[in-house]
Amino acid sequence: MVTVSMEIQLALAGLLFLTGLVGLLVRRNIIFMLMSIEIMLNSAGLAFVIAGSHWMQADGQVMFIFILTVSAAEVSVGLALILQMFHHYRTLDADALNRLLDKKKMEN
Amino acid sequence: MNTIFFIAAFVAFISSVMAISNRNAIHALLYLILSLLSISVIFYISGAPFIAALEVIVYAGAIMVLFIFVVMMLNIGNAKELEKKWLHRSMWIIPVLLAMVLMAVFIYALNGSVQSRTDTEVIGPKQVGVSLFTTYLIGVEIAAILLLAGIVGAYHLGRQKKKVIHRFMNQGKKPAGKILTNADV
Amino acid sequence: MNDLIFLIPAFPLTGFLVMALAGRYMSRSLVSWIAVGSVTLSAVITIMAGIPFLRGPNSTAITSLIYTWIDTGGFKADIALHMDALSFVFCFVITFVGALIHLYSVEFMKDDEGFARFFTYMNLFVASMLILVLADNLLLLYLGWEGVGLCSYLLIGFWYRDPGNGYAARKAFIVTRIGDTFMIIGLFLLYISFNTLHIDQILRMAPADWEPGSVKAVAAAILLLGGALGKSAQLPMQTWLPDAMAGPSPVSALIHAATMVTAGVYLIARMHTIFTLAPVVQTAVAMIGAATLLIAGFSAFAQHDLKRVLAYSTISQIGYMFLALGVGAWSAAIFHFMTHAFFKALLFLAAGSVILLLHEEHDMHKMGGLKNRLPVIFITFLVGGASLSALPLVTAGFYSKDQILWLTWASDTGSKWLWIAGIIGAFVTSLYTFRMIFLTFFGKVKTEPSHRPGLLMTVPLITLAVLSVVGGFVEFPGNMMPVQIFSGIITTVLPAIQIHSHDIPEWVFQVISGLMTIMGILLAWRLFYKPSPFETVFHKSRLNNFFYSGWGFDGIYDALFVNPFVWLSEINKNDFIDRFYNLLAGITRLFNSLLSYTQNGRLRWYAMGLTAGMVIILVLMMTL
Repeated sequence: MVTVSMEIQLALAGLLFLTGLVGLLVRRNIIFMLMSIEIMLNSAGLAFVIAGSHWMQADGQVMFIFILTVSAAEVSVGLALILQMFHHYRTLDADALNRLLDKKKMEN
Repeated sequence: MNTIFFIAAFVAFISSVMAISNRNAIHALLYLILSLLSISVIFYISGAPFIAALEVIVYAGAIMVLFIFVVMMLNIGNAKELEKKWLHRSMWIIPVLLAMVLMAVFIYALNGSVQSRTDTEVIGPKQVGVSLFTTYLIGVEIAAILLLAGIVGAYHLGRQKKKVIHRFMNQGKKPAGKILTNADV
Repeated sequence: MNDLIFLIPAFPLTGFLVMALAGRYMSRSLVSWIAVGSVTLSAVITIMAGIPFLRGPNSTAITSLIYTWIDTGGFKADIALHMDALSFVFCFVITFVGALIHLYSVEFMKDDEGFARFFTYMNLFVASMLILVLADNLLLLYLGWEGVGLCSYLLIGFWYRDPGNGYAARKAFIVTRIGDTFMIIGLFLLYISFNTLHIDQILRMAPADWEPGSVKAVAAAILLLGGALGKSAQLPMQTWLPDAMAGPSPVSALIHAATMVTAGVYLIARMHTIFTLAPVVQTAVAMIGAATLLIAGFSAFAQHDLKRVLAYSTISQIGYMFLALGVGAWSAAIFHFMTHAFFKALLFLAAGSVILLLHEEHDMHKMGGLKNRLPVIFITFLVGGASLSALPLVTAGFYSKDQILWLTWASDTGSKWLWIAGIIGAFVTSLYTFRMIFLTFFGKVKTEPSHRPGLLMTVPLITLAVLSVVGGFVEFPGNMMPVQIFSGIITTVLPAIQIHSHDIPEWVFQVISGLMTIMGILLAWRLFYKPSPFETVFHKSRLNNFFYSGWGFDGIYDALFVNPFVWLSEINKNDFIDRFYNLLAGITRLFNSLLSYTQNGRLRWYAMGLTAGMVIILVLMMTL
């Protein structure tokens, strides 16, 4: 099949991961943050599959199935939470969720 | 084969970048689906056809559709001005810088660590299935429980509850009639 | 009998504990029963323990070990009591006079709101003083020493709402503290030299180890003398006693007349071996005593506060005791201590009644003519005053003071200058005493007393008056009668005095001192019996002001010590050391406020932190 060296394949996975990371750090909309997390999860799975095909075992693919499962559960619960947040705060701004802020200190 | 890999890689990277930098939510999600499809191509040529199919079906087909449903439900497609204000050009500098540093570290770590193979074989669904249900059986069970938790959680959290204020809490109004106890409420 | 000695300090100590814990819940009569009863029981046991001493001069001392206090690394100090003739005399005076004073205080303090608190402190004082005189090692003695200092502070400042009383109490405590520091250094020196603080062992080892006049002996004697000077209010640390009259009169009677101020006398008498090993210091003791008695006597002459006259009189009489110790007349000093306790306590209690009944009037010039209004008090005061002036033959004071004066002349280490100082002092004593009596009790009535004193006040006064007369008959001078019970008891503990051969017989000196007394009484009668211009003229003179201020010592000390210290404190008002620590706290708070900016509740901020941390760790892992 493909004979590209594994370093380049893993470099691709890392590149995609960093793309997702940059998206998480830059965007303020919660939905886009969740999307960036999906990109990161996907790239991690890519790394697993690449490694599995390198060692010619099914373990990498099995790991990818588990990542898929986790991602699905996390997305559903996360989106439900986003719905609650929208219902409560009427905005999708991530900075609106700052109740952990120490208000007295901020005032000083 | 290698050219397919590089084309798919290129497409995946570009569409991911477009996905995170788009202002329209639906457009971004569509770019993301494109990225997922190109990664599925990479899976296929790496000798994991089962996973390639699974990626399209589950990831691009179910999870992204879920995203699109929520975006449509929340009706945020027209928030162009808000996004313009939030997504200022200067916000990109530091994250991109950090990412490039990380990339450099990553490439440095990867250098010469693994010998590459010249022969790869296709690992089909049967092999994956056998491994899944014998070696990693416990993982399957735990994943099942996780999905159950996810279902219950998503159902409960997605419910809209109407806020009920007991009539005792009304400001300044005295309740008429008998005093209700906990048993009555 | 050995096992019962511990009860002597234990009764007042138990009384103190009970009243300290539960005093405010107890009724007044219960408090007074506990307080007076505990000291009375101590007196009873003292007398029981003392009967063997009275039987003959061959009785031995009683020792009783109560508790092994410290026993470590070669240093051993126990809570052990040791009663010999010297301690017996002191215990007898403390408990007996103390019991009478407690009885008197029940009526004196009956209108005071701090009734239970007063008796708590008084019982603690009696317990500490008993521990002091019964201690068999110097560490326990020092414990009692500090205890009486504490109680003196508490009792002088008893009416704490008036800040002047608090100032007087602090002054007393600080001045005696200076003496205490001398004493503790002396204790260190003694321990280093003899490796023990046990009194008997020190007194045995000292003559063997130290040459008479050696540096160590002189140093130890000077340091112990410093402690004694502070506690006994002698030169140069006598300034606290007149101000200590701010406390209630029973306090002045017990602490500042009979017991605490004589602790210095006890210390010097107990450690007499060390003083005999340092003759220079012993002569210094005599000279300090002589100088003090003159200074205090003249100061007493110019006071108009009734209690301050008595305070200066106390300083003067203790000067006599120091004079006696300094010339080696040990038993004469202790004898004078005993008689002085009787008549001075009597005088203070009587003065206290006068002041109380005249609505807290302290100024003698506003009193007068009380001899008909308060006859009992007048008669007892007269007896006490006569004893203080050493009226010949009928008062106890005569026998003790006369013995001191005779021995000052006749002793091996005495000198005629000291005798002359003593004689002048006797004259001045009777002068100011009878000035006090004439101004207070004779003449026109200027302030009416409110009522007659009750039984609880008069019975102690009468008892002490009887003792002031009878107490001298235990020791007659050699040429009168061969009755010498007192010195017979004391010489089992303290050495007898050496008298050099003389050519002038003893009766000459007795006549001279008797004449001095009578002359003083006559001069006082001439000047003060009827209101004469002397007092008003003398009042304005600069000599009077000089005497009134106690020869200017307060002023000197203020300028030398107090004002520089206050000036330094003013400079350091902002406390630069504290500022440094506040700076540290301020820096920490600054960092806190800076770092709290990182906790702003924003999700992306935290993600950025994660990323940055990841970068740093990976870079470090890769490069190191």
